[in-house]
Amino acid sequence: MAAPKKGRSASAQSKPGRALALILIALVALTGGMFASGHTTPRLGIDLAGGTSITLTAINEPGQPNAINKTNMDTAVEIMNRRVNGLGVSEAEVQTQGNENIIVNIPKGTDSEEARDQVGTTAKLYFRPVLQSQVGSGATENPTASPSTSPSGSGSPSPSSSDGKDEATEPGAGDSASPSSSATSQGRALTDALKADPTPSGSGSASAKASDDASPSATPSADAATQAIQAKFAALDCNDPKQRAEAGKGKTTDVVVACGQDNGSWSKFVLGPVGVDGTEVEKAQALLDTQSGTGWQVVMDFDSKGADKFADITGQLATQTSPQNEFAIVLDDEVVSHPYVQAAVTGGKAEISGSFTQEEAQNLANMLSYGALPLTFKESSVTTVSPALGGEQLQAGLIAGAIGLALVVIYLVVYYRGLSLIAIASLLVSAVLTYVIMALLGPTINFALNLPAVCGAIVAIGITADSFIVYFERVRDEIREGRTLRPAVERAWPRARRTILVSDFVSFLSAAVLFIVTVGKVQGFAFTLGLTTVLDVVVVFFFTKPLLTLLARTKFFGNGHSWSGLDPKRLGARPPLRRTRRPVVPADPKEA
Amino acid sequence: MSKLGDLGARLHRGEVGYDFVGNRKIWYGVSILITITAIVGLAVRGLSMGIEFQGGAVFTTGKTSVSVSQAETYAEEASGHDAIVQELGNDSLRIQISGVDTAKSDEIKQELAKDLKVDADSINADLVGPSWGDQIANKAWQGLAIFLVLVVIYLAIAFEWRMAIAAFVALIHDITITIGIYALVGFEVTPGTVIGLLTILGYSLYDTVVVFDSLKEQTKDITKQNRWTYAEIANRSINSTLVRSINTTVVALLPVAGLLFIGGGVLGAGMLNDISLSLFVGLAAGAYSSIFIATPLVADLKEREPQLKALKKRVLAKRAQAEHDSEPAADGSYDDDEPADATPAVVGPRAQSGSRSRGRGGKRR
Repeated sequence: MAAPKKGRSASAQSKPGRALALILIALVALTGGMFASGHTTPRLGIDLAGGTSITLTAINEPGQPNAINKTNMDTAVEIMNRRVNGLGVSEAEVQTQGNENIIVNIPKGTDSEEARDQVGTTAKLYFRPVLQSQVGSGATENPTASPSTSPSGSGSPSPSSSDGKDEATEPGAGDSASPSSSATSQGRALTDALKADPTPSGSGSASAKASDDASPSATPSADAATQAIQAKFAALDCNDPKQRAEAGKGKTTDVVVACGQDNGSWSKFVLGPVGVDGTEVEKAQALLDTQSGTGWQVVMDFDSKGADKFADITGQLATQTSPQNEFAIVLDDEVVSHPYVQAAVTGGKAEISGSFTQEEAQNLANMLSYGALPLTFKESSVTTVSPALGGEQLQAGLIAGAIGLALVVIYLVVYYRGLSLIAIASLLVSAVLTYVIMALLGPTINFALNLPAVCGAIVAIGITADSFIVYFERVRDEIREGRTLRPAVERAWPRARRTILVSDFVSFLSAAVLFIVTVGKVQGFAFTLGLTTVLDVVVVFFFTKPLLTLLARTKFFGNGHSWSGLDPKRLGARPPLRRTRRPVVPADPKEA
Repeated sequence: MSKLGDLGARLHRGEVGYDFVGNRKIWYGVSILITITAIVGLAVRGLSMGIEFQGGAVFTTGKTSVSVSQAETYAEEASGHDAIVQELGNDSLRIQISGVDTAKSDEIKQELAKDLKVDADSINADLVGPSWGDQIANKAWQGLAIFLVLVVIYLAIAFEWRMAIAAFVALIHDITITIGIYALVGFEVTPGTVIGLLTILGYSLYDTVVVFDSLKEQTKDITKQNRWTYAEIANRSINSTLVRSINTTVVALLPVAGLLFIGGGVLGAGMLNDISLSLFVGLAAGAYSSIFIATPLVADLKEREPQLKALKKRVLAKRAQAEHDSEPAADGSYDDDEPADATPAVVGPRAQSGSRSRGRGGKRR
């Protein structure tokens, strides 16, 4: 890089066109990609787009020092996700942040109060006896005539059914044991079960018993209640997420209707009062039973209270016939499993076996052992932003950014004159790259532009401009020492490059540490800062430097026009220029 | 501009300059004074912690005609807690109620909407549990500690351990000043402030690194000459990068100022304002510390090294000799000189600038 003429064709720096072409191609490709992907604006965070953001922090419960771990957090996210999606919100997102936080973002237009209720409360796990069940969603499925107890017998859509809900008032679908009975008689069957009469009724099917002798025994009030339940059961359509979320609610002592998923399709249930509370399960484990060859099973241990209750309830259930010999494991008002009972389970240990896959068994065991949510959470912060105010904030942020940019541009123009054109062009390239990448990161890594991130982008204007200043000042120093522009540009580069790299590395380090360690809003800020720092290096290397090399060949800059910002006279260069060439060589190894 | 450009040239040649290193005791003193003030302020007044650290709610309303004092009454009635109400730029209000638990907020929001006669949907609610701010602050301290360790290691490798220590001290100094100003002025500390404070880390070091880079370059073969001491060359490094430091700081401050005064002005208090305020204070402190504290500190540390001690002795002896031989040179005036002999990197103009500056030596400040 000694003599400019030789260097132009020899060294890498003398091919500025290549680097420029490279970055322009990248720019065009990225922009094209952005338009092709259809995401032309960055995804906005809740604080800008409007909506509700709930931060839940896991609390360390006494006696469970290591409960807050990744597995439990993931399980909690899974459960919460199910809850918010039960609201019928498609865009809601639930994600962990840091080690102990879960952020739930619910976009505008959703009932945030309801969402908070859903998410904020600790999930409940109960064991309830199954009084009645129907495979398939019920309302939209055809109640098949066959009273088969196998789930496979149901679920075929009926061409004749015009209104599913009305149709469903005629019960008898799937493995419901009362294919022919009327709604009221079924209700009575329910009442019987409600009484939880320990003596076996002797009747083979609940429906038979119900139609024969249950009605006289039912009190009028119970009758009304059961009728209401029955109506609810009939009307329940488990395929509708909203109804699904509504179902299952009720006091622990009530009979409730609930939905549950069976082999991918929804079933509905009428469930008796809570028999055992999920908190009474001490632990549950998924085990592979190698001896009997039943495959994966879940083994539960109850505490003493739970063991007694469980013995009671299973004692009763064992005497019943399907489906009333089943107990439902209800998580968040949804039936996750409904094993049937073969015999009373005493001693506080129970096994649930079935055709579980390993994953299913482990999931169930997880839910059981953690009493629903594996952790206790509390709301650390809730932010609701109306779209109007969010937009206002974004606008203010953008105005501030524009003004900040304008101020920087004015300062650069005043101080660097013609040189500022390069700086401004570089800033623009930086800005476009940042925007495009942010837009592309929305769909790819779920990056959402929040207010702190906007802030970070504005602050980054300063960082980006800093690099130009470092370089420009270096070039000017070289000119002051008597070099002409072309060698000055080349000689200044290696040193400026090192300074820029070292200082940008420090900036990046701080952004990276911030990003990894912090939570919530801080992360968006740190991410933007890190991204722009990287882009700064890219822009300086592939745009600013080559552009300056190119422009140094022009008359305007090369000859040091008084408006170029590189006028040797103004910079106070010393007239004798010749002597300065020779000692270039010893300086080189140092720069490398 | 031409004057500024001229100043740049004169600084570059070492015609003008301030003896940062020579007067370091003064600046150490100033910094110690500031630090003590900050600590006293922190101890006496404490930090005014935002709602995020005590738990509470901040409601931002849409346009309303209700007056501030009226809104305060409404808010206190609705919540049963103390409320602080501020008016924002566009007829909207910011109502801050401490001690409100996140579960109660919806009630209060509905109540407020009724009282202020605005749509409940147009009220922004920001509710935080009492430990949320602590968590953010804890994470911030954790981040700070990790960053400091990493950056000290990095600087020790990229430069040397003395510079790493000096940068570390300067950084602590910046943070102390920023916190001190917050304590004294009584600005509210919010997570936004914490974000700003953490960002200062990178920025403050940016400036420091630029100066150190020049210092490292200029002192490369320092022991092979006997005209300038390390401290003098360090001072020259500061002066020759002064224009850069000023420019980078100004350019960094401009967008932040835009955020602070315009962004904040439109929206009143809020995240934007909090971040930019602490950034503004921290950036200014960072620029100061990299020039007045970090580099002089490096010089102090370096001059404890035996070979640099020896160098100083040689230089002083040579000067005494020169003084004896010819016209006396004022002590310290050399600081501004171009340490051409020490630095092969700027070897080019050595002969000429050396002779020139020597010629002008008497005129220098």
